[in-house]
Amino acid sequence: MLRYIDEYRDPELALGYAREIAAVTTRHWKIMEACGGQTHSIVKYGIDRLLPTGITLVHGPGCPVCVTPISLIDSAIELAARPEVTFCTFGDMLRVPGSRKDLMTVKAEGGDVRVVYSPLDALRLAENLPHREVVFFAVGFETTAPANAMAAYQARRKKIRNFSLLVSQVLVPPALEAVLSSPLHEINGFLAPGHACTISGYEDYEALARKFRVPLVVTGFEPGDILHGLLMCILQLESGRAEVENQYTRSVQREGNREARAMLAEVFEIAPRVWRGLGKIEASGLRLSAAYSELDAEKRFGLSPESAEEKSACISGLILQGIRKPVECPEFGKGCRPERPLGATMVSSEGACSAYYRYRRLEATDELPRT
Amino acid sequence: MNSREPEGASCGLPHELPEKILLAHGGGGRLMQQLIRGAFSENFHNSYLSTEHDSAVLPAPSGRLAFTTDTYVVKPIFFPGGDIGRLSVFGTVNDLAMSGARPLYLSTGMILEEGFPLESLQRIARSMREAADLCGVQIVTGDTKVVEHGKGDGIFINTAGVGVIEHSLNIQPSSLAEGDAVLLTGDLGRHGIAIMAAREGLEFETTIESDCAPLAAMVLDLLDACVELHCLRDLTRGGLASALNEIAAKASRAIVIEEMQIPVRTEVRGACEMLGLDPLYVANEGRMVAILPAKEASRALEILRRHESGKEAVLIGKVEAKPASRVVLRNAIGVTRYLDLLSGEQMPRIC
Repeated sequence: MLRYIDEYRDPELALGYAREIAAVTTRHWKIMEACGGQTHSIVKYGIDRLLPTGITLVHGPGCPVCVTPISLIDSAIELAARPEVTFCTFGDMLRVPGSRKDLMTVKAEGGDVRVVYSPLDALRLAENLPHREVVFFAVGFETTAPANAMAAYQARRKKIRNFSLLVSQVLVPPALEAVLSSPLHEINGFLAPGHACTISGYEDYEALARKFRVPLVVTGFEPGDILHGLLMCILQLESGRAEVENQYTRSVQREGNREARAMLAEVFEIAPRVWRGLGKIEASGLRLSAAYSELDAEKRFGLSPESAEEKSACISGLILQGIRKPVECPEFGKGCRPERPLGATMVSSEGACSAYYRYRRLEATDELPRT
Repeated sequence: MNSREPEGASCGLPHELPEKILLAHGGGGRLMQQLIRGAFSENFHNSYLSTEHDSAVLPAPSGRLAFTTDTYVVKPIFFPGGDIGRLSVFGTVNDLAMSGARPLYLSTGMILEEGFPLESLQRIARSMREAADLCGVQIVTGDTKVVEHGKGDGIFINTAGVGVIEHSLNIQPSSLAEGDAVLLTGDLGRHGIAIMAAREGLEFETTIESDCAPLAAMVLDLLDACVELHCLRDLTRGGLASALNEIAAKASRAIVIEEMQIPVRTEVRGACEMLGLDPLYVANEGRMVAILPAKEASRALEILRRHESGKEAVLIGKVEAKPASRVVLRNAIGVTRYLDLLSGEQMPRIC
């Protein structure tokens, strides 16, 4: 795995693509990277600084932590506080603010909240703690869905009755469609998320390219990948093409991962989902199918998520659609910081606000020496 | 001072001692004396300790003294490459070494949780002795308290240390000068990842061992060779990034480092990639940065590289005047950015 990473961090490779981009760009283009991992890479490595002034990168809705609706965070908090529940979550969900508190606070107040690294760890915990109700917070895009599906599949097969999932599983293409359908958008092309497409393939993206006449390039996460993906996208724009191309060929095939897709089809069904910042989008997520509904934590614990309001000062909805940049928010770095976030884009390491805060906060006051 | 030879050779404890710590072990009575004899006296013995007085009476060395304290809470207490005992000796010795002191004496205060296995306590005491011997320090006074089950996490250890400063340098951030070289004594991130892997049961292809090691011998060798040290800092919680930020802020100077020069083992890189962590912020327990005049850099590197934990010592950057109080990182693709402090702990990410 690391051999690949090193190869795509090769400075000569990256700088070569940057030079080529500068040579082929004749107009202004606005390109959105769909995935939070790409956003993080762009800001961390300063990839945008290698680009000609005509190219603007905007950050998309591809951070799973950021788009989980506040009402579902409140459900998670409610569950985690129950005395009979052991609540398992990935680490970066701990500090996402619900409408009143976060999971970290519930933990400090005595709730049994545990950080796990895989849903299968949570399942194992359920087997080891037969008298506890173990709930796993199944958050994420296409990337996390197969492992979460596998946990549900195994729980059912092994008849583990004290295990359930609080599902907030979302899909990338419907979110991009929502962004493209907004009258405010000015996006000319996309970098599609390499890891999500590794699972799902990119047939759905071809429909988007046709419907909205935009180029989408399935792209990886290293500087070399991102610059290569940008070059491919810009070449399409400059020549008036609007197709789906695959930069991340070492991982992605057009039809995706067949086994993973079969597992998803077994356990989940397509459902409408509410996205933080974007609102309700039809057919934009997954829920447990009828055969697995007994594993649905919302049903098991009779939760009825109330709609909760965002803090009014937070503009994460505009950030997630690429309409505003984090530094354009008046609360950025002032009322909103990672230790006291107003919204989810400041929490997750893949959230655009958090990435800007971590890598660019000081540039607001100090001029960075360019060497 | 052992009044009685241990009967069980494997555990080395008198027979009547139970196998787990009881509240009564902290009560100051006979059980406590047995605990001290069974677990500690065998490992910690020197003329200062054997007086069994309320305080150790020590000869006063000439020159300035360095004095420091640190408390060790780590889970798990035994981890690949070390344990809490080793950590509690090396950590405090390293803090003394960072002011260029020759470490002399340590105190140790232990808080044990009722039910803690005596065998583990003995193992920790043995490990502390070995670590102290390696560093040439003596543990001259100590204290033990027992708290109720559920009120502690097995064992907490505090150590304080005294060392003597035999040079006239002021090894501190305010001594930084423009043009100084920034040296790093080895690869980053192994302790933090080893602990995280052990704590969370993460399985990687190879076991990552903590870098837990004493730094005093390296520092004393640099001083013996009359290297003009401006600042030393061991890289513990918060890693290299936090240490350099603290130094830059205190010194009101800029530290500019080259990411490509910073050694990180492949397995640590892999674990960090997987977990979404940045090795520059991951904890170490046997690494330091040394900041010194650029003309001394190659000589200092040569001295550092003679030591086991300094074999990969490398020049990673330099001190500049501006932007004052900031750390600037130049990355692999030649772009510079500020290397900022983190808000809190790094959190493993979702995907």
